[in-house]
Amino acid sequence: MSTNKFVTFEIFRYDPEKDKEPYYQTYKVEIRRPGMLLLEGLNQVKWELDPTLSFRRSCREGVCGSDGLNVNGVNMLSCMTKIEDLGTDHIVIQPLPGMRVIRDLVTDVDDFFQKFITVKPYLIRKSPAPDKEFYQSPEDRKLLDGLYECILCGCCSSSCPSYWADEKYLGPNAFLRAYRYLIDSRDEGAEDRLPILNDKHGVWRCHTIYNCVEACPKQLNPTKAIVGIRRMLLERGY
Amino acid sequence: MSVKVEYHKYDVVILGAGGAGLNAAQVASQYVSTAVISEVYPTRSHTISAQGGISAALGNLEEDHWIWHMYDTVKGSDYLADQDACEYMTKLAPQYIIELEHIGVPFSRTAEGKIAQRPFGGHTAEFGKRPVKRACYAADRTGHVMLQTLFEKSVAQKTQFFNEFYALELLTNEGAVNGVLCWDIKNGGFHIFHAKAVVFATGGCCRIFKTNSNAHINTGDGLALALRKGFSWSDAEFIQFHPTGIYLAGNLITEGVRGEGGILLNAQGERFMERYAPTIKDLAPRDIVSRSMVKEVLAGRGVGPNKDHVLLKIDHIGAEAIHEKLPGIHELALVFAGVDCTKEPIPVMPTAHYQNGGIPTNYLTNVIRAVGPNPEEPVPGFFAAGEIASASVHGANRLGTNSLLDLVVFGRTAGEQSAKYAKENNFVPLAENAGQEGIALLQKFLNSNGKNTFGPMYKTLTECMEKYVGVFRTEETLTTAKGILADLKKQLDDYRVNDKSSVYNLELIEALELNNMVLVAQALTEAALMRKETRGGHAREDYPERDDVNFHKHTEVTLDGDGNIKIDYRPVRMKPLTVEPFPLKPRVY
Repeated sequence: MSTNKFVTFEIFRYDPEKDKEPYYQTYKVEIRRPGMLLLEGLNQVKWELDPTLSFRRSCREGVCGSDGLNVNGVNMLSCMTKIEDLGTDHIVIQPLPGMRVIRDLVTDVDDFFQKFITVKPYLIRKSPAPDKEFYQSPEDRKLLDGLYECILCGCCSSSCPSYWADEKYLGPNAFLRAYRYLIDSRDEGAEDRLPILNDKHGVWRCHTIYNCVEACPKQLNPTKAIVGIRRMLLERGY
Repeated sequence: MSVKVEYHKYDVVILGAGGAGLNAAQVASQYVSTAVISEVYPTRSHTISAQGGISAALGNLEEDHWIWHMYDTVKGSDYLADQDACEYMTKLAPQYIIELEHIGVPFSRTAEGKIAQRPFGGHTAEFGKRPVKRACYAADRTGHVMLQTLFEKSVAQKTQFFNEFYALELLTNEGAVNGVLCWDIKNGGFHIFHAKAVVFATGGCCRIFKTNSNAHINTGDGLALALRKGFSWSDAEFIQFHPTGIYLAGNLITEGVRGEGGILLNAQGERFMERYAPTIKDLAPRDIVSRSMVKEVLAGRGVGPNKDHVLLKIDHIGAEAIHEKLPGIHELALVFAGVDCTKEPIPVMPTAHYQNGGIPTNYLTNVIRAVGPNPEEPVPGFFAAGEIASASVHGANRLGTNSLLDLVVFGRTAGEQSAKYAKENNFVPLAENAGQEGIALLQKFLNSNGKNTFGPMYKTLTECMEKYVGVFRTEETLTTAKGILADLKKQLDDYRVNDKSSVYNLELIEALELNNMVLVAQALTEAALMRKETRGGHAREDYPERDDVNFHKHTEVTLDGDGNIKIDYRPVRMKPLTVEPFPLKPRVY
């Protein structure tokens, strides 16, 4: 469907094999339906205007976390963002900040995942499991809501000034997942995790700027998790 | 031209890091050196999108038995599933779900604190008498929590990952499978992974349809790799069209919505499934519901200005229940249909969702020859699990929630069996020319300067498959599709990749995927043309009845030496492992 309505995408471009430095390239993107998503615009660029643009995407429904991007200065998922909601015809699209750029909109996320792994994001048990499932009351299960829904897109960590300033800072994403396990009634790994979180690159480096809360495309609250971890550290005399 | 290739050696190499691949990895890595290769970071795999649940006869809320689950699976498959595999999967289901819970999956809970369960399509008590609560779930994010927990488990075990590596060629020698050739997407460069055993867990192919529920990565790469080495694609024609794709967008609205009380309505406000499946109504299996929806539209009872879709109503269960049990659906309906489902119904139509068939295996996930004098003979060193594989537990139509169960049970089995195989066998040496085909293929596309590009060709392919190889098919539509696909195949010889970079060249990957998708579409269409009956997800308007005399058998698609598509058949394994077989019966609900 052609509507003759266009917006401008100004996209960060960089190919280390041929570009000395990054530059921005503009494209006229046609709005083909009400509610058209940013990812549809990027695919239009790729499939109709300039096939050399590289970016990540997979599930295209906001759960795989591949397509976190910085759009007009704010981190978001391209597949869940309606172009009309951006409130402007001029859209500047950049890779997630605070991460090394590999090519165009693709960033190096190895460090991000390494930090996630550092906090031991898995159920730790010291005592044997029952034959059946662990019983967990609906109330205890409810404690995990607002934590377990994280999609590991990196929008939070890459929006965080502490994350930009301290390359060893574990970041809001890692804390969110650490807390999800710390308060799981089935977990017995607090003593394994808390010393890692108590490190100078751990939770105390958060300056409660709340960028992570603003940036999270799933409306989660990493700062609340950080505060929860700090409370646990204090209560346990760390 | 000399090409630099980096070599790696592992006992077991697993291709794909979705639920099946990760579950295989967490088991195999306990015993032997194991590498996982994936086109995307593991948590980006498509298992993440699975919503409604994973079935197991735990009986947490009402009486249930694995034999009832087995019966439902066999009947749901329109009797094309292999009954040994069905028994194996449904019997192991409770134990493996408990294991998932023990490693941390945050299932929703019953009032007593047990794993919560909900009804799902085609799952019944007492052999079809009434719907049963069998689907274990974590709100409507069941795949999400499973994939992430399995990833976390593999991290805890220090599994070796090669992320953003794209497979170009399956390596074989001396009649065995012994490795994979890959391309490093991020840095460029070829890598050969020499292995004692290779596990395919590469997922499905439904991106070949215009309206689909799949991720960008689901391009049937594993099928194409296997076909090119002479292995078979079993039951290729059986694509599952999920009834409740969001109208126009195709994104999935889980069957769990109907499990929680949602109903389908036509333009007259009629709950039409009462006519098509009087006993279990909206909870009939997916093939039946999808066909019923299309029939309603064809009869002029569709909704909207074009009368081209139906409505899924769920608001009557109340906003609180929706936010608690179906929060993801609420978000998807808002973004993709502009509908607040706590107040209004969601516009829906069938969407291509799942590849019911796959690379044929025995119930222990060892890939079998499938054609020739010994069709059940295992291929040394080759295993497959998850959507890419066909054990077969889905036959002509998969039941909802059985896909997650399939990848857990068979993913785990593939981990055990490949590790066992690797312990008992030596490396088969690499062939002298190992990887040359894949290297040539990539170089052909990277250096291509012809006329055709991905965008227009992909559009033609997906529109063709939707229009001519969709929910209903005829000899005429399939023949038309065949012509269009043959033309697309020719167009690939005059292709152009503009991007010549070796660093994260997405245009190159899309070219290779398109090359695979055209082959997969051709194989599927040929299989559909030859199956002159209606069974499960394969509905032929010109042959509207099931024909057990001529077609109660698995289709086996292979390529001959010249790359032409060949169709053979293989008997269904009707004998279960320990119980009596479920004999062929008319399938009514």
